[in-house]
Formats: sequence, structure tokens, C-alpha cells
Amino acid sequence: MESVDRFFFEYYGLTERDLERYLGAALSAGAHYADLYFEHTTTSSLLLDESLIKSATEGISMGCGIRVLAGEQTGYAYSDDLAPEKILKAAKIAARIASGPARVSTVGLSTVERDHNFYRVAAPPTDRALEEKLELVRRADRAARDYDPRIGQVRVTYADQVRHILIAGSDGRVVTDCQPLVRLGVSTIARQNGKLQSGSRGGGGRVGLDFFERPQHSPEHFAREAARQAVVQLEAREAPAGEMEVVLAPGWPGILLHEAVGHGLEADFNRKGISAFSGRIGQRVASELCTVVDDGTIPNRRGSLNVDDEGSPTRRNVLIEKGILRGYLQDRLSAEVMRTSRTGNGRRESYEHIPMPRMTNTYMLAGSDDPEEIIRSVKRGLYAVYFGGGQVDITSGKFVFSASEAYLIEDGQVTAPVKGATLIGDGPTVLTRVTAVGHDLELDEGIGTCGKEGQSVPVGVGLPTIKVSHLTVGGTAPKTASPIL
Amino acid sequence: MSEAYLEQIAQELVSRAVRAGAAAADVIVREGDEFSTTVRLGQIENLKEAGSRVLGLRVLVGMRSASAYSSDFSAASMDRLVERALAMARAASEDAAGGLPDSDWLGRHPGELELYFSDVAEIPTERRIAIARRAEQAALDADPRIKNSEGAVVEASTTTKAYANSLGFVGSYRSSYCAVSVTAIALDSSGGGRMQRDYWYSVGRGADALDDPEAVGRRAAERALRRLGARKVATCRVPVVFDAETARSLVGHVFEAVRGDAIYRSASFLAGKLGERVAAENVTILDDGLRPRGFGSRPFDDEGVAPGVTPVVENGRLQSYLLNTYAARKLNLRTTGNAARGASGPPAIGPKNFYLAPGARTPDAIIRSVSHGLYVTELIGFGVNLVTGDYSRGASGLWIEHGELAFPVEEVTIAGNLADILTHITEIGSDLEFRGVLAAPTVLVEGLTVAGR
Repeated sequence: MESVDRFFFEYYGLTERDLERYLGAALSAGAHYADLYFEHTTTSSLLLDESLIKSATEGISMGCGIRVLAGEQTGYAYSDDLAPEKILKAAKIAARIASGPARVSTVGLSTVERDHNFYRVAAPPTDRALEEKLELVRRADRAARDYDPRIGQVRVTYADQVRHILIAGSDGRVVTDCQPLVRLGVSTIARQNGKLQSGSRGGGGRVGLDFFERPQHSPEHFAREAARQAVVQLEAREAPAGEMEVVLAPGWPGILLHEAVGHGLEADFNRKGISAFSGRIGQRVASELCTVVDDGTIPNRRGSLNVDDEGSPTRRNVLIEKGILRGYLQDRLSAEVMRTSRTGNGRRESYEHIPMPRMTNTYMLAGSDDPEEIIRSVKRGLYAVYFGGGQVDITSGKFVFSASEAYLIEDGQVTAPVKGATLIGDGPTVLTRVTAVGHDLELDEGIGTCGKEGQSVPVGVGLPTIKVSHLTVGGTAPKTASPIL
Repeated sequence: MSEAYLEQIAQELVSRAVRAGAAAADVIVREGDEFSTTVRLGQIENLKEAGSRVLGLRVLVGMRSASAYSSDFSAASMDRLVERALAMARAASEDAAGGLPDSDWLGRHPGELELYFSDVAEIPTERRIAIARRAEQAALDADPRIKNSEGAVVEASTTTKAYANSLGFVGSYRSSYCAVSVTAIALDSSGGGRMQRDYWYSVGRGADALDDPEAVGRRAAERALRRLGARKVATCRVPVVFDAETARSLVGHVFEAVRGDAIYRSASFLAGKLGERVAAENVTILDDGLRPRGFGSRPFDDEGVAPGVTPVVENGRLQSYLLNTYAARKLNLRTTGNAARGASGPPAIGPKNFYLAPGARTPDAIIRSVSHGLYVTELIGFGVNLVTGDYSRGASGLWIEHGELAFPVEEVTIAGNLADILTHITEIGSDLEFRGVLAAPTVLVEGLTVAGR
């Protein structure tokens, strides 16, 4: 079946007999479960700056991570050398977490077949000619410079990878996958009368290079948006400071959900009782307009996966349904401890890392409000269109996300652009203040990377236009726009 | 693997690249061992131990360059790396500023920097676990309101790095690192069951430099406890005291703003300000590559250049940018030995030990000098624009009333512009400690906007 990736069997001569031996070593001190995570990742990246290709890099990283579970305890070791003696040595190190008689090693491993592939691509990006990738970054550079004479600096980054994984568990399951990932990013600096401003934009996904042939994903699209943002910001005023009505544009502003609720719903924090959402399943955490899902199965999205990094199939998980908290994001260990089912959210950065619950693509379902009507309903507030990063304190629930393109709303009209500002709120209550949800759900363009405990993984977000009745905007202009003071 | 072996690998790969047609080449080889354990509520939560290595090659073909990396050290893999790097270099742009340092820039610091301590690798696993257990237990025992914990983590790692280039430079050095940290959770049973979390940590090149595990645990507990009952304040413009931990992040923004690559692209609010007043007169910032046991110390940087002590800001005046060879050539300056390179890609610019020089007053005296203001103990988010200097971050800490810490504050932002922040640093504390490559004492900044209610 084509969904089985035979990479490690073919290129490294790995056999099911080898896997059994390694698992036997991992269980040699007892423990109730062990798994092996083989990874081979090929990457290539380009940097264009000052219209020159300043950096071109290719690389290969590979290795095997061995995890041993004994109750709630995890032993972990890895080797970047796939020689059998090195893997056996790592397996014995990982095994030391347990202290008991050896468990009978697994016999009769069977490779799990899948009939779906959420990221079928015509040709893996790493196989395409360097010249094609160079042309993408050069096109972006030209388009950004052609957009406006005030654009002074353009930096374009391109990165792709193809990751082969094989996961073998002591439950007898062997799961494989081949995961492509591509990202193009453009950042610009505009200059006018000695004043400088910056803009950035990008996109990609689990796609081939043909992704960039569509007008809405073209290098020119990302470049013009990055240039437009910098030029708009040249006219930006001080951002307001204080609580006010905030309208979030569709798409990438969905980072709100990622920070405000997503992290707090990861099951590791909840089984330990250290999340602001701990013990709140079934309770109201959002207005009834809000239904939030985490869906790892959307074709070709940056956050999608056929299987998670523990070999569990990904799913569409409803986190909040009409305002009521429905579930957490689970990995194997948390699901075991909480006696519930896995949700396909066990992820890791690489073979060097222990898996943990992570988001995939997190978004809010569309509502029925007209986006333009939502803006017209605001007397005085902020319209936030594009964001940089965000962060959350999962225990207190306080989260931030930083607007890089935003405008004032005055008497129902979007007016002046304002400088970048951080928005801060409280995760368990912010969505209860959502008073309108547009019918215009959009997913982001494919640039998100999420960090947790030192591990980065690609993710997606999405949002329709929404109105939050009050949220603190961290600008510097208290008098002009702080009606609540 | 020994240092000599890594040097030999690096030299061999440089030779292969030159034989295959590279005009110049350099190689970085890194090999390391890592250990970490987390103990939570007295039980081992995880135990991780592994070694890894990587090989990074950069080649030049004429004035074009490219890089390739791999963890496979076999001869066949090296040939593949050379072949791929050369092919990519031929497709890259000609760039007169590129390439290896000038020969007379190369060199290494001859003195002992005390970067490696064998005790880090030698502590038995059982003792490491015991340290984590003691640190966490001290937090749990500190107060009945500490009812939960994210655990204590003990880390220990050693790294050997070798660098060689086709100008004949070859060198290597070892370093070690260890840390203990605790994250405590405080629960306020009276105030609606609200939880607060905070952490504390201790780091060192050698295990002997670590604080007492109990002291780390108690400090984490105190920090979490003082956040209980935190509230928002009304939007206002007040003096803000950054504790030493959050002041480090301010110093980090200055580092980003004096990086040569941001300067030649005009992507920094400090571009073109060399020799000008950019900060209050009491502000002196140094980047010292030679501090014994320093986390940013090294005998040579990742291009084979000996780092020294670079005065970045002296008495408020901007004296130097921080440069690698590429940025130095772009700006017609000499490298400051700040080349920093992962295995993948060309050398970037990283800090040595980049720090704000201490003042005379204690943190308590600085807080007492403020009638109404915010004492910031944690900052979150990424709301810093280095091009414009615009600054807006999520903050929590304690409200200062008449020189006393009055009540905890959360869910507010602090905002201003970094150019103004630097010129409005009116007090610098005496409490400088080196706990990373960036270091700062407590600072007082006049007039930031606190946005809350």
C-alpha cells in the first residue's frame, strides 16, 4: 500500500527483527511500554538579502530516539548513528528508568497501513532543482521592490524539508510517514524622510513547489503584502493603551486561540493540575458563539500530520463547543494517566526530543455575522489585522499576542494605522467576551512555529472576523483612546 | 571523542573541499553529551541521556559561498557534503564581503578561560536525581500554599567544538554546563482558588558553582507566593523597575540592535549612531569574551578570531557594533570576534558575555526611591520592533507605593520606545550576576506606559 513509507527498510536495511531486538533492550528493565522513533530529515534553505543570494544551505539529520514508559515515568535516549550497537546502547540507557524483571520482548510487529495521505505532493520539495527555488526568492525580491520606491531593504528566506519517520511500539505497531514542509518568508523595510518601518509576510505548508503557482500563494503576493505593511506603518500613530473593543481580522490573528486556550488545553498541564483550565471540562469558557477545534487532518496544512510523532492517527478534535469546554489535547502518556483516548497530538521536534501534547491546526468555526457589520458596530476600538508572536502563562492563564498591523476603529470606520502593540488578556475568560463571529473563516497562510519547553513544531491557526468586547491594548497613547479610564 | 580527533576531522573535510575545487573552506565540528532529569512531586518524571555530533562545511567558489551539514562522519558522507556545497555555491551570488577572515584577524586567546569542569560529567545519575529532589522538596516545604509543582530539572552537558579553515587555522575547546531549576505552583485557597507559577534556577560551568538546591527551591516558592492575588492596575505612565532577570531582556534588545547585520541593513534603531549618545550617562555596556567561566567566553570565535572585550556603550555613548567578518567588511570595520555558527548555514553574530555594568545602589534602595511605579519580575511576548525601537510587552510583577512593594500585578503591558528607554535609565543596581550570555543588574526606567484597566 502506498501509504507505507519504506525508506528505513530500503535505505538502512532495517528489518522487523532489528526493531524487535531494540524494543527488547528497551524493555530489559521492565517498564510497560517502549517505542522507537527513527527520523531522517533532509533540509535546504536559501537567504536573499540586498538582492544577493547570501546563503544556500543543505543538510541531513538522522537518528533514533528510544522512549521507555514505566508508570508516569519516561526514560529517553537517542543516537544519531543508526548502527545496531549504538541503538542497543541507547535502548539500554533509556531502559534504566524502570527497575524490574525484563518484559518479554515484542514479537510479531506489523506495519500499519493507511489509506489516506493528507499531503500527497507531485514531487518532494527537496528533489526540485535549486534553480527553481532561487527563482522563487528572486521573484519575491523584485515584487517587493517594485511595490513602492520607499521599500529600501528586502530579505527573503526559503526553507524546505522532507522528513521520513518510522515509529515502532512495543504494542506491536509499526507506523511510517513521509512529511514534506515548505516555507517562504519576506521581510521588508520602508524608508521615508529618515523614518523606517518594517513589514513581513510568508506562507507555505506540507506542499510541493507547485503551491507557489497559485496567485494567492505566489512569491509576488507575499512580497507585496510585506511591502504594503511596511509602507502603511510609515503613517502609523501611537497605539492606544488600555481596555477597549477589539476586532480581529480573519486568518493569522487566530494566534489568539493558540495562546489563550490552546496551550492551556494540552493534557500534560491538565493531568498535573497546573493549567488555568484544569478540571474545567463541561464548564463554560467562551460565549456560545465560539466553537474551537484542533484539526490535524486538513490537507496540505503546515500543522497537519497523517500520524502524530507517537504513531497515533491525527483527528479533528473539538476543544470548545458553543462555549463549553469539551476536551484536552492528548498524547499517549497523558491519555493513559487520565484514562481517556489519545487525540493524535503527541508531537516532538525531532528524534532528540520526548513527545508531548501539542497543537496541530487550531481554529474557530465560522459564525453568521457580516464582517463589515462587526466593524460598523464598534464606536471606538482597535482593528488588528496581522500579528507577530504570542506567549502564555498556562497557570495564571494570562496570554499576549503582538499586533504588527492594526488600525483604529472610530465611529464604525477603520481609520488610522497604529504602531505595533501587544494585546494582553486572560485565557479562561477572553472568549466569553466574544460578542460577534463572522462568516468569513480563514486559515493562516502557513508560517506558524510553536515553541514549548525548548521544542519547536510547525502549527496552523485560523479565525473568522471576531469582536472581543474588551481586551487590554498595550500602546503608549492613554489619553486619545482609553475610554474606560 | 577527543579534541584532536575532531580537529583532524575538521581539517580533513577542509582538505577534501579544497581538492574538489573550493577556493576556500571552513568546517565546524561539534560533539556533545546531554543529560537531564525532571523530578515532580518527589517522583522521577523523566530521565534523558544522549550524545550527538554534527559537521558543518562552508565552501567558497570565487566570491560565491554555500554550506552543508550532516551528522554522518563517514568518508562517503563527507564527499557528498563537499559535492553538494560546491554545486550550491556555484548558484549563489557573488559577494565581495563574503569569505574567510583576513589572515591577520585569525588567532586565539592563550589564557585559561575555565570553560570545562570534569565534575559536570562525573556526577553520578543518582546524585543528580537527588539534587532535583532536594530542590523541589524545599519549594514544597516552603509554605502550605505551595501545593503543586511543575517539578525540578537538573541538566548537565559537555560540548567539544573544533574549527578549521583553509587559511591553516585549526583549534578546539571543551566546555561544560550544568543547571538546577524549580517551577513552583502557589494556590490561593481564599481568593477563589487562583494559581500562580514562578521559577528559579542556578547555572554554572562547573557543578561547584551551583547554588544550594534548597535555596533554589525556596526562592522559586517565594516568587510564586508573592504573585498570589495579582490584579490589573489602571492605565498610567509611571517609573518601571526591571529586576535583574527582566533587565537582561532589555540588554538583549540592545545586543540585537548593535549586531552588524542589523546595522548595515539599517534594520536597527541604533544604525548610524556610532559615537553618539544613545543612553543615559550612567549606562556602560560591555561584551567580554574572556571572562573566566563565562557562558559566552571562548578562546576563538566560530571563524577562528580571538575575541576580546568590546566596549559597546560607554557612559551613554555608542562605541562599537558587534561584528563577524562579513558584517565587518560591509561596514569597513574590523571583526569584534562575535561570529557564532550552528552547523547549518554561514556564521551569524552572537553575544560574548554581553552585560550592563553595575551601579552602586542595591535593588531595595532603588525600589525605595520610587513613590508610585511598577516592579517588573516577568515579561512575556515578542512585541519589540528593532527597526523602530517600538516596545510593548506583557508584564507581571509588584506595584510600588511610597517605596514599598504593595501588591502583585498581572495582565498589564509596558510600552515605550527602546531609544527613550535607554536614555531614561535613571538607576542601575549593584546586583550584577552572570547567569547566561546576557547579564544585567536591576534598572529603573522613568516614564513607561503601563496599560491595564
